[in-house]
Amino acid sequence: MIAQVWRWLVDGAHWQGGTGIAQRLLEHLEYSGMSVLIAAIIALPIGAFIGHAGRAKWIIAVANAFRAIPSLGLLFVVAMWFVSRLQGDAAYLVPTIIVLVILAMPPLLAGAYSGVSEVDPAARDAAYGMGMTHRQVLTRVELPCALPLIFSGLRSAALQVIATATIAASISVGGLGRYLIDGLANSDYTEMAGGAVLVAALALVVDGVLAALQRLVVPGGLRTARSARRRRRASAVTQASPTG
Amino acid sequence: MLSFIHGHWSDILSRAIDHAWLAGLPLLLGLAISLPLGWLARRASWLRVILVGGSSLLYTIPSLALFVLMPIVVKTTITDPVNVIIAMTIYTVALLVRTVADALGAVSDETRQAAIAMGYTPIRRFFGVELPLAVPVISAGLRVAAVSNVAIVSVAALLGIRQLGFYLTDGYQLNYWAEVWTGIVACLVLALIFDVLIQAITRVITPWQRAVAS
Repeated sequence: MIAQVWRWLVDGAHWQGGTGIAQRLLEHLEYSGMSVLIAAIIALPIGAFIGHAGRAKWIIAVANAFRAIPSLGLLFVVAMWFVSRLQGDAAYLVPTIIVLVILAMPPLLAGAYSGVSEVDPAARDAAYGMGMTHRQVLTRVELPCALPLIFSGLRSAALQVIATATIAASISVGGLGRYLIDGLANSDYTEMAGGAVLVAALALVVDGVLAALQRLVVPGGLRTARSARRRRRASAVTQASPTG
Repeated sequence: MLSFIHGHWSDILSRAIDHAWLAGLPLLLGLAISLPLGWLARRASWLRVILVGGSSLLYTIPSLALFVLMPIVVKTTITDPVNVIIAMTIYTVALLVRTVADALGAVSDETRQAAIAMGYTPIRRFFGVELPLAVPVISAGLRVAAVSNVAIVSVAALLGIRQLGFYLTDGYQLNYWAEVWTGIVACLVLALIFDVLIQAITRVITPWQRAVAS
């Protein structure tokens, strides 16, 4: 069985063309990347502001409650609403992107919020004492200090989106999920398992790349044992489920 | 939606029981596995790196992919509910190992020293002192796992495994709004029941927390 799946994966013919692995991989990255980007543009400023001002915390609670909704249900509801309102490929692509953006927001919000609000009060006071304005404190002190938790939120969001983009194949969009859904429809288990290996590998690689990026971007002073302990306590907040 | 629920009440109930089983049994299995692993992770930092790091790697694998890969690992068929039970147990362990390790680590040193001074053996100290004090944190982790398990199990409907997610896939195929909403609401209600149940059990087994609060 494993040998069969391996042969499927390394067969050059499966990698080429409009339904080939290369194309599916690109689609998967396209949907996921676009959704995480849109969600980050919306969620990071809001989360950082709530953390800085300490107001409107209910937004975080509402976003977290959203995580209990089964993502398959959310996907179908949004798809059903759009299918009679849009034409062609957009009828499936638009709802997919909308659902992925919705699912990426809670971990991003929680990461930015807890990152900024967990900043050592002494550092914040010192910044104000040096005469920094609110904006300067936020951008020069709080946001750099919040980077580890912002990254942890970003990694959760990316995984959530990659997982949900897989099940989005059930509403006829592309991406690696196609092999799972089409393989199931054709009772071709080799194709399904091959697709599953690709999806799992993609998730692991993306998480690894983001982890490497995090090491590169986060200031060295934040990697001490003490701040790691602080973060570990707060990071439970940003964890999301693998599929939702 | 109400007329749909009314007309399919017994079917909804029986699927809800299947769903609760697929989401709940892995919680118990996962907790039973995470306790010794979390304890081990506290023993040495290299063990912590392996156990917590390894479990977070497993946690990155998307659920549909994990369900589909299960038959290769455990020699089942693709429609076997056992795949879902094992996959959900893996996710639960992945989430709880870290929580258990952190919860045990948060027990104050004074308490531990006092227990040693009173002559507690390491095993009695774990079950009599450290574990009970770690219950509130572990229970918080268990609540997160329960809510996410209930949501993830519904994905298995794509593979035709019997549970509440069926109303999502079937309703979508028939373009039948009431059925899809029923599926979503039923999943939410089940998640809420799990959440309330875990909170209630935690309250009962940690009476000292109430004594402080009141």
